[in-house]
Amino acid sequence: MANVIKLRKGLDVNLKGKASLEIMQTKVEGQYALVPDDFYGMKPKVVVKEGDAVKVGDALFVDKNHPEVKFVSPVSGTVALVERGERRKVMSVRVDADGKQEAVSFSEKDPLKLLLASGLFGFFRQRPYDVVANPEDKPKAIFVSAFNSMPLAQDFEYVLKGQEQTFQAGLSLLSKVAKVYLGISAKQKTPVLTAPKDCTVTVFDGPAPAGNVGVQINHVSPINKGEVVWTLGAEEVLFVGRLALTGKVDFSRTIAIAGSEVKAPKYAKVLVGQPLASVLAGQLDEQKSLRIINGNPMVGVKTCKEGFLAAHATEVTVIPEGDDVYEMLGWIAPRMKEFSTSRSYFSWLKPKKTEYTLDARIKGGERHMIMSGEYDRVFPMDIYAGYLVKAIISGDIDRQEALGIYEVAPEDFALAEFVDSSKLELQRIVREGLDILRKENM
Amino acid sequence: MNSLRKFFDKIKPNFEEGGKLHAFRSLYDGFDTFAFVPNATAGRAGTHVHDAIDSKRIMSLVVIALVPALLFGMYNVGYQNALAAGQLENATFWGMFWFGFLAVLPKLIVSYIVGLGIEFTVAQWKNEEIHEGFLVSGIIIPMIVPVNTPLWMLAIATAFAVIFAKEIFGGTGMNIFNVALITRAFLFFSYPSSMTGDDTVWVAQHTICGLGFDVPDTFSAATPLGEIAAGASALSTSLCDQVCGFIPGSIGETSVIAIALGACLLLWTGVASWKIMLSVFVGGALTGWLYNATGLSPLTPLQHIVLGGFCFGAVFMATDPVTSARTEGGKWIYGLLIGFVAVTVRVLNPGYPEGMMLAILLMNLFAPLIDYCFVSRNISRRAKRANSK
Repeated sequence: MANVIKLRKGLDVNLKGKASLEIMQTKVEGQYALVPDDFYGMKPKVVVKEGDAVKVGDALFVDKNHPEVKFVSPVSGTVALVERGERRKVMSVRVDADGKQEAVSFSEKDPLKLLLASGLFGFFRQRPYDVVANPEDKPKAIFVSAFNSMPLAQDFEYVLKGQEQTFQAGLSLLSKVAKVYLGISAKQKTPVLTAPKDCTVTVFDGPAPAGNVGVQINHVSPINKGEVVWTLGAEEVLFVGRLALTGKVDFSRTIAIAGSEVKAPKYAKVLVGQPLASVLAGQLDEQKSLRIINGNPMVGVKTCKEGFLAAHATEVTVIPEGDDVYEMLGWIAPRMKEFSTSRSYFSWLKPKKTEYTLDARIKGGERHMIMSGEYDRVFPMDIYAGYLVKAIISGDIDRQEALGIYEVAPEDFALAEFVDSSKLELQRIVREGLDILRKENM
Repeated sequence: MNSLRKFFDKIKPNFEEGGKLHAFRSLYDGFDTFAFVPNATAGRAGTHVHDAIDSKRIMSLVVIALVPALLFGMYNVGYQNALAAGQLENATFWGMFWFGFLAVLPKLIVSYIVGLGIEFTVAQWKNEEIHEGFLVSGIIIPMIVPVNTPLWMLAIATAFAVIFAKEIFGGTGMNIFNVALITRAFLFFSYPSSMTGDDTVWVAQHTICGLGFDVPDTFSAATPLGEIAAGASALSTSLCDQVCGFIPGSIGETSVIAIALGACLLLWTGVASWKIMLSVFVGGALTGWLYNATGLSPLTPLQHIVLGGFCFGAVFMATDPVTSARTEGGKWIYGLLIGFVAVTVRVLNPGYPEGMMLAILLMNLFAPLIDYCFVSRNISRRAKRANSK
């Protein structure tokens, strides 16, 4: 029987617009884009020219510091554009899909070499620093979380239906690289999740962020200074599984199209880098000021209708932007529609299943940290979150190390940022702290 | 609502960079965000949705929680005046209340004008938004001084506290000491005769706008704790009066019932830490019992808690989240020690009949040390884990 860990700290925010359990199919057509920024911590070197013909699995760009880490095309077709921004920074590499999806076959025997050659290694992230993994490291383990507990997130168990063998094949291949730990939710019952081969399963029972791989690592095998673990998304294990079974890469995902502003929220079968217009067409109210998010509302990245599905995104969320809302005397008004963990609002009176429509407003001015214990209530790790944030703000690297910065990623602070009455941008602060630390330790 | 918004939007350009009234930008910002929830939206990456709570609402809740004690304090000012003049049977409820209202209102205005004036100036100078912290300090300050405190003293003390206890540290959230208590400590040590002195400071002695009564010059009234410190073995007021608050004392501190109403709001909304509040009372009661049992103090533990500023301090000032301990375990120790020190100062130091102010200030100083111990435990646990591998 798998080890069960009960988590009490955390918060489930019930947002309106959950994806209903039906899948919209999309055609492979139009322009696809791979965005280097989605692979955080890597310096891209583009290895194709505009006009080059590429197959699925052909590298579009590689990591300048580790050229063996490739980032490959999700579609077959012609390279249409290498988009550059300020100081010639590569913003995206776009490929016009020909719809044939011809794929490169990979036959490397060594599992790590296979992952590198096929471009799947680029999807691995490492702790510390939450950046693209370094293939020269010897990770102590690979952690996979099979569920996302954030609001409006994809239900992986639903996505997994019919792909159980692929998932097992993926886990088996990963286990040849390092010890694999799988974290599952207490609600998940699919046999391949509860009793897979070649990996250790831990059940996490509790509110968000129980599905965060960082929380799971902290409870299963916390990272000490000098240790490295790799993490991989559950759906990316399916990519690995397909590679193991067929020798080819297939970047199909089943993402959730969710959020209060989506007319008919449901799942969609897409490819990494898919143009969002193909899944959002007819779903949005053009008159309204909307925020389209690559990912879920807690950790995603803002994008636009012309954007492309981010490499790691398992959902696309649309919420009201809220920049046209003026609420009078908010400091005292009851504001019945708002959600709050504070009892000074009335959301605690409403039934638990009440769904809220939250917009992107911060709803307050940024202040110094005033209240104590706010972060810790939603931070189920053995770490003093407030003290760690203060150490990062003050740039005290020794103290950051002592307080456990190597164990955290920005996403672990998402709920703390949500509840923070001082409205600090905690994820940005933690990201900057990790970046500085990484530079110092290089 | 729309017309107010339009008005704000119309005058806004004047306050922006290059506008005629740019020097008052912080003032404009203050009023704009007071009238309307700011509609700035989240950045490109990070958490896109936010909890509706913000520091304005938290501070406003504390102010609301203080209102019962403030209103009762106003009434009690009138009541004590009538009592001292021997005119209680001639006084009406509203007559006493309005007298107290007129006696307290100038202090409230002075405290807010001085404090907020400094806040606005600093916000403008540092190009920051105005912090709401002083909304709370500004109402507490008049409530923890005797009714006869001259306004100029209050102004100087408030300015001193806001500048030297808060702004030089970086504003609300960065201060080490509770601002309102520093105001009181400044008054207490700079103008001792006006703060306890000859026991004439606790009761308003002159009519205001025809309200109230003139009290004979020879009159003096000590607080119950003052009576004990002066050597009395029993109190001149009943326990019922002490709980209801019909006793001389600082304006807002006397009524346990009014303070309890505020405490309920603070605990219910989670603004104040129940751990701190409870542990202050437990610490005070235990210490009071110890001194009572050993014969050092004639007061029972219950009397220690209901008298003086104990309740007010425990509910509204020990729980200040900025200056109290921030770790959950630390909160217990912090609270217990406040209760212990407060009663100890009362009993063992004949010079100071009241010890709550000094106890909280002392523990404000020690709160970071308490937290340090708890955080260090976490750090050493992590270090041990790394070394054991």
